[in-house]
Amino acid sequence: MVRVPKRLRLVGYRLLQAIPVLIGIVVVSFLLTRALPGDPAVYFAGPAASEESIEQIRVSMGLDRSLPVQFFAYVGDLLRGELGQSISTGQPVLTELTTRLPASLELTGFALLFSIAVAMPLGILAATRPNSWIDHLCRFVVTAGVSLPTFFTGLALVYLFYFLLGWSPAPMGRLDILYLSPPHVTGFYVIDALIDGDFETARAALAQLILPAVTLGLFTLAPIARMTRAAMLQVLEGDFIRTARAAGLSGHKVLYTYALRNAILPVITTLGMVFSFALGANVLVEKVFAWPGIGSYAVEALVVSDYAAVQGFVLSMALLFVILNLLIDVTYTLVDPRLGMED
Amino acid sequence: MYRRDFLKGVSALSVGVGALTFLKSMPALAARNDTLVVVTGTTINSLDIHRSGTNRPSYQVAVNCYDRLLTFGHKQLEDGSFSYDYDNLQPELAESWDVSEDGRTLTFKLRDNARFWDGKPVTAHDVKWSFDRAVTLGGFPTAQMAAGSLEEPEQFEAVDDKTFRIRLPHSSKLTLPDLTTPVAIVINSEVAKAHATDQDPWATEYLHRNPAGSGAFKVERWDSGQQLVYSRNDDWACGPVAKIQRVIIREIPSQSTRRALIERGDVHFSQNIPAKDARELEAAGKVKVVSTPIENCLHVLCTNLNFEPFQDKKVRQAIAYAVPYEAIFNNAAYGRGVSMWGGDSSKPESIAWPQPFPYSQDLEKARALMAESSHADGFSVPLSFDLGQADWAEPTALLIQEALGKIGIKVSLNKVPGANWRTVALVEKSLPLHLENFGGWLNTPDYYFYWAYVKGNLFNSSNYDNKEIAGLVDETLYMAQDDPKYAPNIRRMIEIAIDDVPRIPLYQPSLNVAMQQNTTGYEYWYHRQLDVRPLTLKQD
Repeated sequence: MVRVPKRLRLVGYRLLQAIPVLIGIVVVSFLLTRALPGDPAVYFAGPAASEESIEQIRVSMGLDRSLPVQFFAYVGDLLRGELGQSISTGQPVLTELTTRLPASLELTGFALLFSIAVAMPLGILAATRPNSWIDHLCRFVVTAGVSLPTFFTGLALVYLFYFLLGWSPAPMGRLDILYLSPPHVTGFYVIDALIDGDFETARAALAQLILPAVTLGLFTLAPIARMTRAAMLQVLEGDFIRTARAAGLSGHKVLYTYALRNAILPVITTLGMVFSFALGANVLVEKVFAWPGIGSYAVEALVVSDYAAVQGFVLSMALLFVILNLLIDVTYTLVDPRLGMED
Repeated sequence: MYRRDFLKGVSALSVGVGALTFLKSMPALAARNDTLVVVTGTTINSLDIHRSGTNRPSYQVAVNCYDRLLTFGHKQLEDGSFSYDYDNLQPELAESWDVSEDGRTLTFKLRDNARFWDGKPVTAHDVKWSFDRAVTLGGFPTAQMAAGSLEEPEQFEAVDDKTFRIRLPHSSKLTLPDLTTPVAIVINSEVAKAHATDQDPWATEYLHRNPAGSGAFKVERWDSGQQLVYSRNDDWACGPVAKIQRVIIREIPSQSTRRALIERGDVHFSQNIPAKDARELEAAGKVKVVSTPIENCLHVLCTNLNFEPFQDKKVRQAIAYAVPYEAIFNNAAYGRGVSMWGGDSSKPESIAWPQPFPYSQDLEKARALMAESSHADGFSVPLSFDLGQADWAEPTALLIQEALGKIGIKVSLNKVPGANWRTVALVEKSLPLHLENFGGWLNTPDYYFYWAYVKGNLFNSSNYDNKEIAGLVDETLYMAQDDPKYAPNIRRMIEIAIDDVPRIPLYQPSLNVAMQQNTTGYEYWYHRQLDVRPLTLKQD
């Protein structure tokens, strides 16, 4: 078969394309962090620092050197795989990213699963019955999901399900105080606990996940539902659907085999966008649920001009985007045979 | 269902899957009432207070895991809560101490039975190494040691294993209190030296993650950004062994979530809650709320003398008469703290600090003073505040903006992000009108004046320059409090500060904490960190 090497070529080509992007990001993130207002040396010198002690901190942080010198030192570290030390949390940036990224991925992943489970059926139903009550319901959910700020939905859910009803465990992060984190394999607590065969901890981790995932999911389901509805509407008006119907195919087959398959491409694109967007943007959800994720880390770092942490965050997000886009492109070729035949 | 009920339920199940998995979870955390859960909104970023970049919330590790030579006793306040007592120095690691006739040589005898966690006896060599480290590493620890005139390694001497000596260039009343600060801790120097390298002779990398002390608690677990778990040191020699076996400090960034947790009873203690929550929680009556006025601390409105109109004393006084103190106290401080306006006289009778200034809102007087000033037509000025302090600063700024508008000063608001604040407000001192909240650790008025009223010093963000105050501070800073000249000097400083008002006191803030009814033993400390050592949980 010719298709496999073609797909590999696509992957290789995409990876090559990513290199200039990454170089650009390294330069831009370096320059942008230096352009931040605020002097990290002053901030980290502490409450009663004198001129000399601020100067000592500046030297020890290497901030007394010129920008080009700092930049080449940074690039040199990067090439050795070192992202530097985050001053605000006192940990190496790499350690922080490897512990926090899975936390965010786990949260965003579950949120997206919830979103898809709700939004796609909703979108399909709304498209098949335009202007019916289900279409109005879809519109209502979408509007509410987008317009309610996530910290509000989060707090409202905490108030209802934890504070009033007591159904949900205390919103204290990834695991309740009673449990120890499972041995590190993937960094996803639910999966790690299952690998460890510890169903109790897996259940506890899952219980902690539900509220934040639903909060984030409510926010992300809007674009997915809208895109599903719009794409389905467009496809359902197509000639081939009319033909299929005329040919007497069952409504079920028309809807799911012909219509949905053709409508799914824009939905996948949206999914990719929503995922990467949600990963960085779930700061408020992380704050409300004390989730040790990457979004709140980046914001905290930004606030105190923690250069190494901000640069590490931007770089890892950029890498993630590149990988995600690649995955989406590859998924396209799987879903839509036309793409695989080109070039 | 509350956690404690749940725990009881689970422990009642002697067999069963629930109990088995429980053993796999936090060991020994089960039903006994000896684990205390504390929530805080801030993150601990190091276990070593001397390291550069260590933030304030991390100082609690120094408080709870290390010993100092000296500590303070405690006293009961009027409202029945407890506070440390600045006038009552007590031994911690030192068994006794001796001050020479000229006050320049301090000799400490260490406890015989004091041991580090690894069993090694605490010696004067450890004290010397730790103090050398604090004055050499630079940054905050060095500055804080210098406040007690401890500046050079040559000042410290280990006379023998149990005798430690400090030599001072001059006697100072601040030295002994300075030895109680979280900075003046004693570290296990042998463990530290074993992990020192040529680039890192003071083992900052090692101690950053691995405390090596002799204190009442050890660090059992540190999940950066999530939690810190203390476990009790059963062999602590420098005080009564803690009643609580384990303390879990959980970091919960959202204040609303912290409040839900304490109200539902899932945590025992919530550290540093906003004044608004303190008032509401107290009114609800389910949890105990303790508000302690922060000693030697003021929330002030600063007029920067580099800004031309503020060079006129009449303008500054006009502002002091225009500020709506009472509205600020009610709407920004929620009535928590101590009022600092409407004092009796412009000639202070006591040396208490802070004390109310004789200003209160009087718009007629303010307008009259403006009319007499060189800026009778008014002017425009931005009022800046730190976004990190927005909970009190924002309502305060809005009220001031409205009031100053009435005397012809057009105020615009300028919100400065937290990281930028120190640079522009304190280092560059470039903000014309701003809200400031300095509080001195060492509780003497002259210490406050040194930082906040002497030209060039960090917290004098008003750029105030007064030869007489500078001279008085110079003369008084090290002077003993029972010196006959001490009280007159302090009174004169306060008198000038009242008349010149480069800093307009709004109110003295308080430190608010909330705890469950069964949690007792809380003590307020000047460092505003939670000292977990005296805390107990009543069995219920």
